Amino acid sequence: MTKNAISWSEYYAARAAEVQDSALQHFFAHGCPEPDTPIQDIPMVALDMETTGLDSHRHAIVSVGIQPFTLDRIRLSERRYWVLRPPRPLSSKSITFHRITHSEIAEAPDFNDILDELLNQLTGHIPVVHFANIERPFLDSAIKDRRGEGLRCPMIDTMAIEARFERRGWRTLWSRLVGRQPSSIRLHDSRNRYGLPVYQAHHALTDALATAELFQAQVATHFSPDTPISEFWG
Amino acid sequence: MDVELLEIRDHMGRFPPFDGISDDLLDAAAEQVEIRYFKAGTDILLLNAPIHELCYIRSGAVEIYRRGGDLYNRLSEGDIFGHFGLLRSHQVRFPARALEDSLIYFIPEAVFNRLCDEDESFADFVEAEGSRLKSTVEQQHKENDMMITRVRKLLTRSPVMLTADETVQTAAQRMSEESVSSVLVLERPEHLPERVFTDANGHSHSLVGILTDRDFRTRVLAQGLPPDTRIGDVISPKPITLQSDASVYEAMLSMLRNNIHHLPILKRRRPVGVLHLSDIIRYETHSSLYLVNNIFNHQSVKGLGHLSADVRAAFVRMVNEGANSHMVGQALSTIGRSFTRRLLELAEEQLGPPPVPYAFMAMGSMARNEQTVLSDQDNALVLDDGYDPEQHGDYFRAMAKFVCDGLAICGYTYCKGGIMATNPKWCQPLSVWKRYFSEWIMHPNAERLLNSSIFFDLDAVHGEEHFVEQLQDLVATKASQHPKFLAAMARNALLRTPPLGFFRTFVMEKDGKHNNSINLKRRGTAPMIDLIRIHALACGSRAQNSFERLNDISETALLAPGISDRIRYALEFISMVRIRHQVIDLQEDREPDNNIEPENVSDTERHNLKEAFQVLSSAQKFLKFRYPMSGR
Repeated sequence: MTKNAISWSEYYAARAAEVQDSALQHFFAHGCPEPDTPIQDIPMVALDMETTGLDSHRHAIVSVGIQPFTLDRIRLSERRYWVLRPPRPLSSKSITFHRITHSEIAEAPDFNDILDELLNQLTGHIPVVHFANIERPFLDSAIKDRRGEGLRCPMIDTMAIEARFERRGWRTLWSRLVGRQPSSIRLHDSRNRYGLPVYQAHHALTDALATAELFQAQVATHFSPDTPISEFWG
Repeated sequence: MDVELLEIRDHMGRFPPFDGISDDLLDAAAEQVEIRYFKAGTDILLLNAPIHELCYIRSGAVEIYRRGGDLYNRLSEGDIFGHFGLLRSHQVRFPARALEDSLIYFIPEAVFNRLCDEDESFADFVEAEGSRLKSTVEQQHKENDMMITRVRKLLTRSPVMLTADETVQTAAQRMSEESVSSVLVLERPEHLPERVFTDANGHSHSLVGILTDRDFRTRVLAQGLPPDTRIGDVISPKPITLQSDASVYEAMLSMLRNNIHHLPILKRRRPVGVLHLSDIIRYETHSSLYLVNNIFNHQSVKGLGHLSADVRAAFVRMVNEGANSHMVGQALSTIGRSFTRRLLELAEEQLGPPPVPYAFMAMGSMARNEQTVLSDQDNALVLDDGYDPEQHGDYFRAMAKFVCDGLAICGYTYCKGGIMATNPKWCQPLSVWKRYFSEWIMHPNAERLLNSSIFFDLDAVHGEEHFVEQLQDLVATKASQHPKFLAAMARNALLRTPPLGFFRTFVMEKDGKHNNSINLKRRGTAPMIDLIRIHALACGSRAQNSFERLNDISETALLAPGISDRIRYALEFISMVRIRHQVIDLQEDREPDNNIEPENVSDTERHNLKEAFQVLSSAQKFLKFRYPMSGR
């Protein structure tokens, strides 16, 4: 998606006209904020998925956590969390990693069963994720698998924002010259730089909450509440 | 509970007031938390803005301001704020700003109200200042067994009673048969009408005395009286008695005060038993009674000096078993007085009887009955006006030196300000003392009074008590008539101020500076005692003890309703923290002092101390306003 070719709201309008699935239709019909909307006026939803691997075509989504929020408030009461039954069997390695048990998964719903509700929660919100290269393709391909149509939407990537501030300028260049490791932009290490508390990682909802807090901290530190949404999304 | 909420719930559950609430309520609160990140230097709550949430610091640090912009408090992880506004007008009363990058949890009003409704300790914690302190102090009070146990619980048998007309031999036989060490002595009712009671058979008697084992030795055998002597002729009349619903503590005090070992216990006017010293000791093994007894049995200063370790042990046991500061102060002062009295007895044995009557006077904490394990000596001699320095000077100089040196050996350090009987200025006839006090009161001078305010806590320890009573009368009648004197005292009382509170491992001062420790006497109890003294003088109270002074003050309209109670709770709380920290010092084999280090102060203690300091600070402000420096 190139920004000059077509705006996100034009894209949403076009998709709303053509999609067959009612949940997707509802999602796109709601529209997308204009690029100059101040970030303080944007309803967002922090999203995290735990997956069995990194390839959206071969691996499956194990759990999904979402935490709606704004710059002003993260309301825990609005959080949602689902454990999913993956179409492919779970490796024991990813079980220990994500702290989800076999019995939990045996009784769990398929992604299709929660999709309407997930889309409903995403409608009117800009997703905020840490490392969009996981959530974006997994979400798109999982929806395409179930409904025959994909989902593309703008996302705010807190890892990309972190990279912008931590991996640029003369300091980074100097570090590279002297062969020093660049500073880590993983979720936990990024939070650390803003004085955010340590949370137990690798739980989709805890990570979603951690991402929402990180984004608030990034805006408070590097931007202003009036910064337009176009500065953040990609 | 969802695993993802555990982080939030477990964090809150570690800090007051959430640490005391039930798991269900804690879950309900965590469930509804709202979160926001604040960059250092940004406002969290603005003055007078509407407020519908309680704020909780998950990480970072927050500064709270007064309406006028003065720093009110500095808070860190686990602290709450915003409850004052939430409880009252729903408007922010104390604005808040992030001092560091902070993550704040907001607890919605509905949840807050539910917590207040369903958990009393939570409600107490967030309620207006003073009441939390009150509930803490009352709680500690309740836990104190000796204060609530009634003496009747200690009685094991009904009293043996004889009439005054029977012989001492009959009495001795009955006492042997019944294996008791005392009998109560009765007369016909008309003999002593105010002590009449009716026994189980419907007969009326009046209680006229008690006959004890010791009386057989001192009043019968030593006097060479025959076995057929009438009991009524050897008893001491009008025995000291106590009601059966009095506390064990009161019984103990009564025995200490009157130096008696048998105490008849009455239900209204009917004797129900006799309490013996050993009954209390059995019940209250750590008793300071033992110590007092021991003090009076020692024949040398050196022997008395060895008891100072016992004093410390008694102090530790007493505090660990839940005594409040009033009781600790009373007991330690009684011990201090006993040392002084015993030393005076020994001095008189060595120097011969005094050439003129005298009173040995205590000042400061001993006079107030508020001694701690760390007390220095403040004393003086009030001599009869027949005193002639040429003739009698040597005697009283020697006596003063004997007593003050002896007290130093017993662990009461010399007064750095030289307020001791050994100082010629403080060893004077009554008329000179009256002149001193009149001069202080009628021609006050703040600088000079700075060193003499301690004289306005005064009490007799030994000798002619009425000398000291005359001085107490003089102070009580004159002080209130001289506003300039009160103003000068007030000025001095404002020289020492409390800190603002604690921040992490520091003591925080009002200007935002940090210190590593705080002297709780200098910054807490002493200024509180100073201001209580001034109000007491202003209302003509003759009490010396700070709590008794507060009773007198609350009888007047000097302070707004409820204020004297708040001062009482604050003083009690700060005193107890100081005492408890001295106990910790002793238990860890350190020399006790008045300093406490913030890392040794629990979260709840911090909150209460902060509140107590606040009470002191407000009371000082009122003092300044009430006794203005006119004509200076």
